[in-house]
Amino acid sequence: MSDASHTPRIIPDRLTSPLTRALRSWEALLVVVAVAVFIANSIASPYFLDAWNLSDATFNFTEKAMIAFAMAMLIIAGEIDLSVASIIALASTAMGIVMTAGFGTPAIVATGIGVGVLCGALNGFFVARLGLPSIVVTIGTMSLFRGISYIVLGDQAFTGYPDSFAYFGQGYVWWVFSFELVLFAALALGFYVLLHRTNFGRSVYAIGNNPMAALFSGIRVNRVRFILFLLTGLMSGIAAVCLTSRLGSTRPSIATGMELEVVTMVVLGGVNILGGSGTIPGVVLAAVIMGLVTFGFGLLNVPGIVMSIFLGLLLIGVIAVPRLIARMRR
Amino acid sequence: MTAAPLPPQPVLRLSGISKSFPGVRALSDVQLDLYAGQVTALIGENGAGKSTIVKVLTGIYQPDAGRIEVDGAQVQFPTADAAARAGVTAIHQETVLFDELTVAENIFLGHAPRTRLGLIDWVAMEAQARALLDRIGADLDPRLTLRELGIASKHLVAIARALSIDARVVIMDEPTAALSHKEIHELYELVERLKAEGKAILFISHKFDEIFRIADRYTVFRDGAFIGAGAMADVTEGQLVQMMVGRSVDQIFPKRAHNIGAPVLTVAGYSHPTEFEDINFTLHRGEILGFYGLVGAGRSEVMQALFGITKPSKGACRIGDGVAVIRSTAEAIAQGIVYVPEDRGKQGAVKGLPIFQNVTLPSLSRTSRGGFLRMAEEFKLARDYTRRLDLRAASLDQDVGLLSGGNQQKVVIAKWLATKPRVIILDEPTKGIDIGSKAAVHDFMAELAAEGLAVIMVSSEIPEILGMSDRVIVMREGRIAAELTGSDMTPERLVRAAAGIAEAA
Repeated sequence: MSDASHTPRIIPDRLTSPLTRALRSWEALLVVVAVAVFIANSIASPYFLDAWNLSDATFNFTEKAMIAFAMAMLIIAGEIDLSVASIIALASTAMGIVMTAGFGTPAIVATGIGVGVLCGALNGFFVARLGLPSIVVTIGTMSLFRGISYIVLGDQAFTGYPDSFAYFGQGYVWWVFSFELVLFAALALGFYVLLHRTNFGRSVYAIGNNPMAALFSGIRVNRVRFILFLLTGLMSGIAAVCLTSRLGSTRPSIATGMELEVVTMVVLGGVNILGGSGTIPGVVLAAVIMGLVTFGFGLLNVPGIVMSIFLGLLLIGVIAVPRLIARMRR
Repeated sequence: MTAAPLPPQPVLRLSGISKSFPGVRALSDVQLDLYAGQVTALIGENGAGKSTIVKVLTGIYQPDAGRIEVDGAQVQFPTADAAARAGVTAIHQETVLFDELTVAENIFLGHAPRTRLGLIDWVAMEAQARALLDRIGADLDPRLTLRELGIASKHLVAIARALSIDARVVIMDEPTAALSHKEIHELYELVERLKAEGKAILFISHKFDEIFRIADRYTVFRDGAFIGAGAMADVTEGQLVQMMVGRSVDQIFPKRAHNIGAPVLTVAGYSHPTEFEDINFTLHRGEILGFYGLVGAGRSEVMQALFGITKPSKGACRIGDGVAVIRSTAEAIAQGIVYVPEDRGKQGAVKGLPIFQNVTLPSLSRTSRGGFLRMAEEFKLARDYTRRLDLRAASLDQDVGLLSGGNQQKVVIAKWLATKPRVIILDEPTKGIDIGSKAAVHDFMAELAAEGLAVIMVSSEIPEILGMSDRVIVMREGRIAAELTGSDMTPERLVRAAAGIAEAA
């Protein structure tokens, strides 16, 4: 402060180039992990390196990842939605009802997506309009939405979806590229643009870092929050269409526990659980890693419970390791 | 006021106390004597160092230099507990008590009577609490939880607590701020009773009527320095005001031409259910309008209503030609009103985002195209405005949270200027920033006014208000108490209007 020069100092735009920054990022580390898992899998199982097997592997993450994109934006903005798996159950149940009533594929799909959006709007209303904490609201709606499915279905299931409906979860656009995989790629691109290339995305970061200052900067904070819940509901509805189509049936227990896998994916992707930072490429990489690990364990006949132990440790590790490193540096 | 003859030796004597914080010298070589059975009023403007000295007295801050003596023997208060054991206790503006505990538990927290087994002796505690409350004439059930009590009763509990640790020095920091008229009178009686018991009382207040009503002695601080002390009987209100505000304005403020133009903003009858009432003023192009008042006078609340954060219950404002109702910050910004808040950390800078993104946050509609960001435009805008404000930073991509307070303030101001506003409201713009940045902010404010912007500056610093403003509005208790221009803009008149003292004959 002491230098008396009155010519303003020139401040450079950036000190580290975007490339250097990318190489030092969490995403770069995820790329390394993804490659390592890929190599480990191909050594461990002779069936891994097969185009069709790899294509099958993508079903392990595509539906979760669709929700994870919207969830990432929600968590960056400092909110969370734990009701996503229950939205799938309710949307799927509604699709079953519409199907049983004799409607065709377009109506079934529209119902699934519409119910998802409505559920998101309900969450958004409680959080953005009434100012309730999102973790409490969505734990509540998590029970509510799935509860309705159980009341409707009991121990029954909806089966007998029309053949044309099977395309969304079982169809292929070209060669080994399934509809879900192509949709995943398109959504990844769309969310990348939305979060990193638009004013809306910027306001999400601003709210996540300091909601008060964002409000004082003229950002319509509660409107952004509402839209994010709506978006998460929409993605859950789309995931419900894909999952129901892939399974060919609706049970009230559909997608149980998926909300935690989605949150795991988001956090593994480098999104700060306290809000404010994170990227879509990170979430994409996390989705691929989780898919590859699940698939690899499947090929090796590792029981599902081991998989879930592994995921639990991975999640804690991902949150703890960077903090431990930061503490050791001090 | 007939003061009793002074005892030969003060109970507590502070001498040569200094205390600095990064960039701020809060206390420099101050002294303070407190005598048994006497009420000493500590008087000074906001920022004079009153709270700092209280924190030194209660062991919360360690002075950088100076002596503390109790009964003539030098002591140190390394912890709050040490100060309490020496018999110094403070009753704060917002009493630091526990809502979920009972009156008796609050009184005896940390020094409850024990049974032989070392457990709390509840029976004795309740009996002693009742005795203490009786002693101060408080009709309270010791078994009530504190949350059931009003603010005045909480004060009584705090005072009972002070007596329970056998305090010899009782500090009362604006104890009447939240009390009703009747409660204030009860408090006065209590103070008299404590005096009679031989307590030394330090009474901090902005209200001159109560200082003259209750104090035996005074000590005046200004800008962290000791100005004077003596008996109330030997001093007039005018003399105290003069000591508080000083004669010289020792900061240098930019000289500027006063080219005041057409009205930009007219506020008519703005009212709020609890915070302010019937606010009327007109602001012109090229004008700097100062808002002065004590903390809590409602200045920030009026500004936040103009900026669309809170809604007024009545009234309207006219911006330029059209009458506008401002319902949101986005609308305020669209109308060309911007607000640089007092609380930089919470409301101003978005820490965690880089400098350039902070600058462009309210201007994204201009730097973007069709809702899509254009980084090159953002950097250009950020470069232009940060250069104008002479920002010091490593790069525009740096996290705002890593900058000093003064530079963060520059980023916040740059952010608002980039929106090309018509009215800029600066709420305590130089509070807590270093001298160098302060001067830069002042120069800049003058420059803005010269360019035809209308500037509102809320400040509690008298030299700043007088040095910068063309006109000053003084607020008191949510209303406009005075509007001063030209030769009426004197420190004395400001302080009188803010404190509600009648003009001297």
